[in-house]
Amino acid sequence: MIQVVLPAHLRTLARIDGDVKLEVRGQATQRSVLDALEIKYPMLQGTIRDHVTRERRPYVRFFACSEDLSHQSLDAPLPDQVVAGTEPLFIVGAIAGG
Amino acid sequence: MSKVRVLVGTRKGAFVLASDGKREKWDVSGPHFGGWEIYHIKGSPADPNRLYASQCSGWFGQQVQRSDDGGGTWTPVGNKFVYDGIPGTHQWYDGTAHPWEFKRVWHFEPSLTDPDTVYAGVEDAALFRSSDGGLNWQELAGLRGHGSGPRWQPGAGGMCLHTVILDPTDPQRIFIAISAAGAFRTDDGGQTWQPINKGLYSQYIPDPTAEVGHCVHHVAMHPARPGVLFMQKHWDVLRSDNAGESWQEVSGNLPTDFGFVIDVHAHEPETIYVVPIKSDSEHFPPDAKLRVYRSKTGGNEWEPLTKGLPQSNCYVNVLRDAMAVDSLDECGVYFGTTGGQVYASADAGDSWTPIVRDLPAVLSVEVQTLA
Repeated sequence: MIQVVLPAHLRTLARIDGDVKLEVRGQATQRSVLDALEIKYPMLQGTIRDHVTRERRPYVRFFACSEDLSHQSLDAPLPDQVVAGTEPLFIVGAIAGG
Repeated sequence: MSKVRVLVGTRKGAFVLASDGKREKWDVSGPHFGGWEIYHIKGSPADPNRLYASQCSGWFGQQVQRSDDGGGTWTPVGNKFVYDGIPGTHQWYDGTAHPWEFKRVWHFEPSLTDPDTVYAGVEDAALFRSSDGGLNWQELAGLRGHGSGPRWQPGAGGMCLHTVILDPTDPQRIFIAISAAGAFRTDDGGQTWQPINKGLYSQYIPDPTAEVGHCVHHVAMHPARPGVLFMQKHWDVLRSDNAGESWQEVSGNLPTDFGFVIDVHAHEPETIYVVPIKSDSEHFPPDAKLRVYRSKTGGNEWEPLTKGLPQSNCYVNVLRDAMAVDSLDECGVYFGTTGGQVYASADAGDSWTPIVRDLPAVLSVEVQTLA
């Protein structure tokens, strides 16, 4: 099971109490995790990636294992610790706006 | 006894203010969707418990929230606004061509007869409609398909479709307004549109009388006279007596004719309200005095309404969708400010009282008059 930590506003929107655990079929990548997340919580569609382009929204970042994965390919394999469920994938609202 | 419910959208959440017909004591609930920008909330005339709210964020985009119990509980519905076909381009601030990109919903206009049908005016300017309670949205692409679309350009606040007015006597007729393209009308349910900007004069565009390019801030109509429209343009207050075919300026003795809001008394179709703002470079009231101006003659002759409003050191703005009227007798008038106050008048503007003073900046105010 892959652990995903969402920002507070998205947890409120999806009525999630705590972290999310997802079963991801096939190779775990940013794309497959987001696909699984949006199936489980359809109201998150369009909040993390654009409905049309499927690109990450500009002020959203993906962190894991102390690394910023935001600019990696959406189809790159996630770190082993994330796949093993020992480290979470953080989906973060960027610090912006002052 | 009648009740009123005031729906307030702010920079950091939504608030619902409720009172009985006396409009003296108010219950305040909220924030709903705390921390999110709520551009607009509006109730269905066909079912007052059905509300639609535009919730958005620079981080997480657009959400549409629907309530079926008058704002007690909310459910996120469809947030997929996809332009019909190849979106094409409009003018950017520097005059270059810029692709149409959805940013947010500025205004919801629920159908007058069907609670599940609602129109959404969005940025970049387009009109969408849902016929299933907000689950799915389809663009009425004939508007952007008007040949002038590539010449539209954003105002300072973005290229927003902010005004949607449904004609109660003709379900095929809709009026909309865009900053900074101007006003448009359809007579065939949204398939085709025509600009209705004759008589507008805008010195800030190359051709002051151009077919499109005018920065219309808001338009209002009294439902008993759907052919009469009142407009607050960037500069100038205007009226049309022929459904927008032509406009004439009625700024008259206003201290400044810049402003954002305009609205019509619920029972007197020739009584209108504006809030003059000093200028487009100084978005606060002239002389630091917050004054609503009322005309009982459909424009030209205006009287300041100041009782209960701050008359010194006031530097708030009143944004385009932040004024509304109830339909009680006598008519209540409401407006919200960027300073977080929502003022109410239970006597058609003669006197004002703040319902709340310290909300986040108010983006929109709507009122429901409940049996």
